[in-house]
Amino acid sequence: MEPEQPSTDTEHESLHEETHLPPPTLWPIGFAIGIVVILVGLIINPLLISTIGAVIAIVFAVLWARDATAELRGESLVVEPERREMTEAGEGMTAPPADQQGVALVQVPETAVTRSVFLEGATLGLGAAIGGLITLPVAGFMVLPSFVGQEQHKVDLGPIERFPLGKWFIATFIVDPTQGEVSRRTAFIRNNGNTANPENPSEQVPSFTIISNRCAHLGCPVQANGPIGQKYTGVPSFKEHTLTGPAEFKSVTPAGYGCPCHGGQYDPEGNRIAGPPVRALDRYAFEINHGRLILLSTYSVSHVEGTGAQAKIYKYKEVGPGEHVDGPEQVFYPINPPHH
Amino acid sequence: MATTYRRKPTKAEIRRQRMEELVTYPLDWLEERSGLIGGVRYFLFRNVPADINWMQTLGSAALTAFLVQAITGVILAMYYVPSAATDPHTGNPVAWESIVHITDDLTLGWLVRGMHRWGASVFIILMFLHMGRVFLFGAYKYPRELNWIVGVLILVMGMMEGFTGYLLPWDQTAYWATVVGINLNGTAPFLGPWLAQFLRGGQEIGGETLTRFYSLHMLVIPGAIIGLITLHLYLVIRLGVTSPPWSKEAAGMEPEEEEPARLRPGLTRPVPRPSGASAMQAEPGGQE
Repeated sequence: MEPEQPSTDTEHESLHEETHLPPPTLWPIGFAIGIVVILVGLIINPLLISTIGAVIAIVFAVLWARDATAELRGESLVVEPERREMTEAGEGMTAPPADQQGVALVQVPETAVTRSVFLEGATLGLGAAIGGLITLPVAGFMVLPSFVGQEQHKVDLGPIERFPLGKWFIATFIVDPTQGEVSRRTAFIRNNGNTANPENPSEQVPSFTIISNRCAHLGCPVQANGPIGQKYTGVPSFKEHTLTGPAEFKSVTPAGYGCPCHGGQYDPEGNRIAGPPVRALDRYAFEINHGRLILLSTYSVSHVEGTGAQAKIYKYKEVGPGEHVDGPEQVFYPINPPHH
Repeated sequence: MATTYRRKPTKAEIRRQRMEELVTYPLDWLEERSGLIGGVRYFLFRNVPADINWMQTLGSAALTAFLVQAITGVILAMYYVPSAATDPHTGNPVAWESIVHITDDLTLGWLVRGMHRWGASVFIILMFLHMGRVFLFGAYKYPRELNWIVGVLILVMGMMEGFTGYLLPWDQTAYWATVVGINLNGTAPFLGPWLAQFLRGGQEIGGETLTRFYSLHMLVIPGAIIGLITLHLYLVIRLGVTSPPWSKEAAGMEPEEEEPARLRPGLTRPVPRPSGASAMQAEPGGQE
């Protein structure tokens, strides 16, 4: 355009009084998503995901460019004029004539979303989306590792011949060598001798009673009530050093077990006989592998009838101390966290 | 404030004025740009009822106890190691050894650890006394109910600080107290077992329990307490301080016409003598 040329009124207005803005468009959002996908793809899978991102970015870039240059290319744009609501209170004020304002005044329905409301919503929505994107994985990292991927630790307690028939031992052993001493646990072990395999009655399998010392009240370590050591029991104590770490076995003749914290009392089979515990002591599952006693995970017990190999054990899935496994109170603990 | 002199100021007076400007200039500079000085004044020099009681300082005493905990805690964190691993040389857990190191070896470590250890109880006790004062004064009533609720949350957070901090020495007492504490949480209906497993960081108490409790103890809960204290103080400033329940003024009675202190015998005036002593009395309404 040549500046010397005297301009007409309309040209003058369009040059100086109207701010020239490109028409509104949503394509940049798609373009930005494409860029994000490219960058994520660079980390995860440059060939596949970055290619997808590049396609998205190019498509939206083209659309955006088409929109932005539509005016230059002389395409007529369909842009709705911005409309504002006339207030009832403005009776005294007369609206300027439509031709002076340059925009036609249209009665807007009350439900129409104005620009400021849209921007407010968009800001809040985007903020919430960004906040959520950041918060969710962080919160997941805070909570999930406690529940996912809990490993089962097998503990090798040595050859079963070392356990004399019908004698009790206080066994202490390391459950998780990577955790060290803090994973030291105690169990009361008795060799019950061979018994008929419940799945195959003609076969004889070794039977052990292995009672966890975790009190069923609040988890304190219960102690054996009775003499400990060879001097009093006549059975030698011994130590083992197996692949899973050191283990110690002290002979004992328990009349039962007692908890030092709040006075819970159990009989030698682990049944609660007095005090606050809500069930019998937990027991360890075990397997005999090449003649060695291997401890598996624990399970919970409501009560035990009988003793030794003939005992009838009422088994439940492992639950925390203080949780009822039977009786009306069990409804308070419907779903337990995953256990190995 | 500039003083106007009728005569020419002496050198000493000019020096004094310059010294005052030295102090007021930076304060004015700050005030003009931030309004902070005015804000602090607004916070500290509020009007309070005339008949407030010493019991009403228990809240700021509890706040002071919290600040002591925060400061000593930050310094203890410079020496404490939250590791359940075993020291290969001694066979003791690293966390426990670092506490022994703080207490026995480091200069004044025994004092700062003691302040933190005993200050924890002081904080809780002061919060309870403060709560008792608010209850007995009826200061929890409209419009201050929300501040009571915020205060209860601060109290709960303080208890959680006690619970998480108790594990950090990583000795037998700490371990078994935490076992019992977590299992107590575990007996809560429905979500209890999940809460217990979250607190343990797994099925068993171990190294991850210690690091998790350390993070809760020194970052998460103190942050929450600071936020809650801010809200608590905001509400105190907004709603004002309550009068004691025996306040005649608050009950709508006219305050008693009191003789000004300077007219009362015994404080600034000598006790009047039966006779012949009027000449020794200071002039009533004399110079202040």
